[in-house]
Amino acid sequence: MSEAAVPAVVRIEKVTKTFAQGNVTALQDIDLELAPGEFVSLIGPSGCGKSTLLRVIGDLVEPTSGTVTVNGKSARQARNDGDYGIVFQDAVLFEWRTVAKNIALPLEMLGWDRARRRQRVEEMLDLVELSAFANHHPWQLSGGMQQRVAIARALAFEPALLLMDEPFGALDEMTRERLNLELLSIWEKAGSTVVFVTHSISEAVFLSTRVVVMSPRPGRIAGVVEIDLPYPRTVETREEPRFFELVTEVRELLRKRGEHLLPEEEQLLEDAS
Amino acid sequence: MVLAALVGLWELYRWVWTSAGWTWPFRVDDTSMPHVWRIAKAFAEPAQVNQPALITVLLHKTLFTAKEAAAGFGLGAVVGFALGVVLVHSRLLQRGFLPYIVGSQTIPILAIAPMVVVWVNPKLPGSLQGWGAVAVIAAYLTFFPVAINTLRGLQSADPRALELMRTYAASRWTVLWKLRVPSSLPYVFSALRLAATASVVGAIIGELPSGIQSGLGGAILNFNQYYSLEPQELWATNVVAAALGIVFFVIVVAAEKIVVRRAPENVA
Ligand SMILES: Nc1ncnc2c1ncn2[C@@H]1O[C@H](COP(=O)(O)OP(=O)(O)OP(=O)(O)O)[C@@H](O)[C@H]1O
Ligand SMILES: [Mg+2]
Repeated sequence: MSEAAVPAVVRIEKVTKTFAQGNVTALQDIDLELAPGEFVSLIGPSGCGKSTLLRVIGDLVEPTSGTVTVNGKSARQARNDGDYGIVFQDAVLFEWRTVAKNIALPLEMLGWDRARRRQRVEEMLDLVELSAFANHHPWQLSGGMQQRVAIARALAFEPALLLMDEPFGALDEMTRERLNLELLSIWEKAGSTVVFVTHSISEAVFLSTRVVVMSPRPGRIAGVVEIDLPYPRTVETREEPRFFELVTEVRELLRKRGEHLLPEEEQLLEDAS
Repeated sequence: MVLAALVGLWELYRWVWTSAGWTWPFRVDDTSMPHVWRIAKAFAEPAQVNQPALITVLLHKTLFTAKEAAAGFGLGAVVGFALGVVLVHSRLLQRGFLPYIVGSQTIPILAIAPMVVVWVNPKLPGSLQGWGAVAVIAAYLTFFPVAINTLRGLQSADPRALELMRTYAASRWTVLWKLRVPSSLPYVFSALRLAATASVVGAIIGELPSGIQSGLGGAILNFNQYYSLEPQELWATNVVAAALGIVFFVIVVAAEKIVVRRAPENVA
């Protein structure tokens, strides 16, 4: 690993995570480095440690061994400095707060004043097309709408690093593709760095600068595919031959580990492709 | 509606038991179960000569007891809530204190009440003299369900939401006010509903050893002695005491409606 001119946003060195409970090695010897402005997707069968890796970066799970550095600091320090925004697999909204107040939560934490909060929340509501639901409570929204609120909440304070755990998994295909485009335009504008977990090969290829393919038991990096499609990516990108080549390349990497997969995981792969 | 049904049931039970001559579980006659209209009439008549109507007397006593119960309810709720907040932050304290808190409730209130009166009364300023000790007794019954349910409610916060708060590097206090307390409210309110009626019971019982005559407890003690002669007066007092409990309960339910914004199916 050469000394890069720009310091890495995320540097993961020899990270291993073993859960004592059930003696699972969720991650083994993971090395990964993210340059500023990268959009990296993590893909792999269920249980291969994608969420765990994301949580290790966010200092929500402590690695058993190895080190994680975020913005040149320890992961702990970075979390305490509010260096990243996160979107979980589930929306995790506060049900006693309205949609608008849920989005405002991180802004309250940062001590923004009311006027500034309101303006930002309006922008965010606009972005995720929920303006009409600002004063609704989460239980009045569909699952997909709730997830859009969670995304708006994570984007609201414009974190330089975004950690997203299958944020669009619960959405219908149409909304998903639209939000893919929105996410890309936000990312391009803000110049943020994104770590994005997904089960969809085409989504990973469409969004990312790099796709990290993981394999299970123990969770390892099976390979990394550089996505050399030019930005800005559009609806047409999905129809280019190069797009299909890359999709195939990722699929091959996933399949190469096929002999180690359980039947239901094979099925999952079929579904994903 | 419900009231009419209760009155009907009372009279029906009376009629069946007296006409069949059943004595199980107790003999039914004008002493054990006076007619509803006699109870109603008792309200309008003075209990003793040269006194205003019973209803006026009882209303004054009710207000007095309500004051004790409300103060006890408030005190118990605050102490219970504070205990819950302290305990949720320390497993050690939880292990050390919880058994005593639970144990405190196994001592019968009737045994505690005289001691509280003796301990508390001398320390109270003049304006609180007498009824202040009763409020403390009411609080003794109130704080327990509130403490236990507050603790449970504070612990009920979604672990993923706690994790989200960690990503904001939120302090303990922020987590408490923005996440734990709102999560706990449905639990706290279900305890407050219990505590509302318990505080009325506590206040009435507390009046007995305090020798307080101005409340419902005093009235019950008094009418008890004349029960064989004038049963309807004790029954009238009981009706008023029950009504007071219901009023307290309704107030808490109304407050809950305003405060707790929650998915209908998630209200504990
Ligand atoms: N808190 C935990 N305690 C014990 N084991 C855990 C814990 N969290 C995750 N694991 C285990 O670690 C492994 C990796 O889990 P992880 O959630 O990272 O998978 P994933 O790749 O995100 O899967 P999915 O695609 O289904 O979300 C799994 O075998 C899981 O059972
Ligand atoms: Mg996961």
